Amino acid sequence: MDETLAKKLRILADAAKYDASCASSAAPKRAAGKDGLGSTTGAGICHAYTPDGRCVSLLKILLTNWCLFDCAYCINRRSSNVRRAKFSVEEVVNLTLNFYKRNYIEGLFLSSGIIKSPDHTMELLTRVAKSLRRDHGFAGYIHLKSIPEASPWLIEEAGLYADRLSINVELPTEASLQQLAPEKDGAAIQGAMAQIGERIVQAKAEKRRFSPAGHSTQVIVGADATTDEALIRKSALLYGSVGLKRVYYSAFSPIPDGSAILPPKPPPLQREHRLYQADWLLRYYEFTPDEVADASEGGMLALDIDPKLAWALKHREKFPVDVNKADREWLLRVPGLGARAVDKIVAARRHATLRLDDVARLTSGLKRARPFLVAADHRPVGLTDRLDLRARLVEPATQLSLF
Amino acid sequence: MRLGTTTLPSPPAGGGDAPAPCAITLRPGADLDGFRSAARSLVAQRVPPEAVTWSITDSPGLFGSDAEATQAAPLALPKPVAALIPQVIPHRDPERYGLLYALIWRVCHGERHLMEVGSDPLVHRLHRMAKAIGRDLHKMHAFLRFRRAENSGGEHFVAWFEPDHHILEAAAPFFVNRFRGMRWSILTPEGSAHWDTETLTLGPPGDRGKLPEGDGFEAGWQTYYESTFNPARTNLKAMRAEMPKKYWHNMPETAAIPALVRAAAGRTEAMIEREPILPTRREPARAVAAMADQDPKTLDALNAIIRRTEPLVPGATQAVLGEGPVGATIAFVGEQPGDQEDRQGRPFVGPAGQLLSRAMAEAGIDRGASYLTNAVKHFKFEERGKRRIHQKPTAGEVSHYRWWLDRELEFVAPKLVVALGATAVLALTGKAVPITRARGPFRFERHDNRFQGFITVHPSYLLRLPDEAKAEAYAAFVDDLRRVEALGQELAA
Repeated sequence: MDETLAKKLRILADAAKYDASCASSAAPKRAAGKDGLGSTTGAGICHAYTPDGRCVSLLKILLTNWCLFDCAYCINRRSSNVRRAKFSVEEVVNLTLNFYKRNYIEGLFLSSGIIKSPDHTMELLTRVAKSLRRDHGFAGYIHLKSIPEASPWLIEEAGLYADRLSINVELPTEASLQQLAPEKDGAAIQGAMAQIGERIVQAKAEKRRFSPAGHSTQVIVGADATTDEALIRKSALLYGSVGLKRVYYSAFSPIPDGSAILPPKPPPLQREHRLYQADWLLRYYEFTPDEVADASEGGMLALDIDPKLAWALKHREKFPVDVNKADREWLLRVPGLGARAVDKIVAARRHATLRLDDVARLTSGLKRARPFLVAADHRPVGLTDRLDLRARLVEPATQLSLF
Repeated sequence: MRLGTTTLPSPPAGGGDAPAPCAITLRPGADLDGFRSAARSLVAQRVPPEAVTWSITDSPGLFGSDAEATQAAPLALPKPVAALIPQVIPHRDPERYGLLYALIWRVCHGERHLMEVGSDPLVHRLHRMAKAIGRDLHKMHAFLRFRRAENSGGEHFVAWFEPDHHILEAAAPFFVNRFRGMRWSILTPEGSAHWDTETLTLGPPGDRGKLPEGDGFEAGWQTYYESTFNPARTNLKAMRAEMPKKYWHNMPETAAIPALVRAAAGRTEAMIEREPILPTRREPARAVAAMADQDPKTLDALNAIIRRTEPLVPGATQAVLGEGPVGATIAFVGEQPGDQEDRQGRPFVGPAGQLLSRAMAEAGIDRGASYLTNAVKHFKFEERGKRRIHQKPTAGEVSHYRWWLDRELEFVAPKLVVALGATAVLALTGKAVPITRARGPFRFERHDNRFQGFITVHPSYLLRLPDEAKAEAYAAFVDDLRRVEALGQELAA
């Protein structure tokens, strides 16, 4: 690989890393055709992990970090002094194929700063995906970041080649958008997401290919004053109204050349973690946004305990729950029991009466679950009501702090 | 593949005698076939698990030859059990065969549902072993790195990998599915797998020395790895949990880790301590202008975009654009171009179009002064012999094309929009509206577009009617067009 290309790669990978998503999941299973290259496995694969503990699954780069826009939180904003570079369509295609052939990656995640116009940029992104699919028979994963300001017919085309399309909401409220991303238009973002959502549903019904791995978005946490409760309500709204597959929460991260209107310090990464947990409660644990709000204090989730535990501690009168008798929905409310553990419990108790040892073999979260569970040989006498229960269940801080 | 040998006792004579011990030897690695035939025999001979000893040898046959004759009938096992066995067999734990046989024994002796009891210690242990194999496979699929070599046959990709368990054979199909068009070899200390773009061959243990010295893309890959790391989020514990150190020596990018970690804290502090930059060159106006600029400014500009876009369903010769003057009082919207339209590149020139022209003339509408277009811009058909049979567009196709119709009507700005048939109504309203009930004046409201409208049938519907119904339906259609004409006059005034 020549030095100019390596230099561009350094700049354009650095510029892309603030996108939290690297998922290569949810695509329909595909295998390479004869003489072809590429497959998808459904669950996705992380090919490496960087020292931030994050998964490297896709070649996540920008086509260019030149940008007309001036969003304060973004390292590539027009007024930033970062070094700029631009890949050609062919360069991205070749880089993807060569990395893929060496088993470095699952595919490509391509985004871009806006150059010339949103339409021009969107056309370039689509050309990369189209060339990979058409000219090279590439069957690996492609995630395209769509430009919401681009004309709708370009989004129609992008979905034909991408496994996943995404549009970042970035800022959950119109007021923050006004202040931090003056060129962005909340209505345009919402409209483009609705278009993608509608087309995914239609394509599924008509057995046509359009962004088959669904669509997702990212919100930045901690760049404005939005509470966790408001973020979760926004996510619930998006899951419902435009059929999003995932909302990614990205703790605002200090960037080189930060803008003066940003907060000086990043939010704790633990906040991002708690938001993901709350998001899971919405999607897999039948929690409503109101119940998540109920688990918070003044709209903010506790950092030292997970939101499910916070909810249980506030609703101790509903516990303990009998592991041998309780409905699935109540087992799902027990802190420490995951959805899969609950399924295993429900299957096992049809054939055996479960004791605490048995439960220990079905979940790794027994320590947290214990005060909330009744088993054949266990009843948490008084434990559920102990005042210091919260303190006893707090996880030791595991996040490395750099300060 | 070699069969395992099984030394079986004579069938139990009945009564309470302790079963005679039985020694099974299997070949090294994941001997699924050997285990299967041994398990079949043992169950057939009613040998309980505690009476079996399992051992592994490179030279089966050492302990006698009587077993190879005993090929017992297949066992009927519940699906979850049958699925679990190949997932556990590659495990390096020498107890795996004994544990699996104990499971089979219990399942065959009254515990059919044993697999559902995840809390049972045996099931639990086997699940954990299967999980370890799943993880080992997953890590091999993830962390294996190919290096490119050139040889007489052209490009050849070679990898060296050290799995924890005997998984090479189980891991290979993934690489076949993914790198079908490449020639590659995977070398491991226990065996090797080779793919020549058509056949997979398993071979003897690999030699790490056969791995090419380096690869032209490794430096670039390391560059990528370094650049995608965010120093402000350093979390070594999470990295090591997912990518244990034992894998690192075969992954070129990990050479960057020590330096990245050393520099991380300093880089982060520098970012935070640096004086925030005041935005000096803010010019939001330019971005806003660029966005406004990109929109097609004329119908011709829009048509140029439509013309160069590929059909959603492949096959059409060309896009068929709308026809008629901008500012026309009445715009007619049809379904999609037909065979003739596709050949000529003009709307409503086939049989249905000719019928429409005739009806318009009878109703006193000047076709040349009207705007005619279709909801979908490309012909979709099915080939039957030499004929191209029209196929109705789906809802998804109508949605795909509707942006253009919206813009087109914005440019033409007709006083009245006539929807010919259900597809046109769907495109104009976004909803399926039954024609028979909605026929007549209608208000189309969609996004920012608001049009006084009129719904009638598509002329092709008239062509499909049996002769006796045709005349009446045609008269009704002309009648509709007369009302359209009157409405147009009224709105233009």
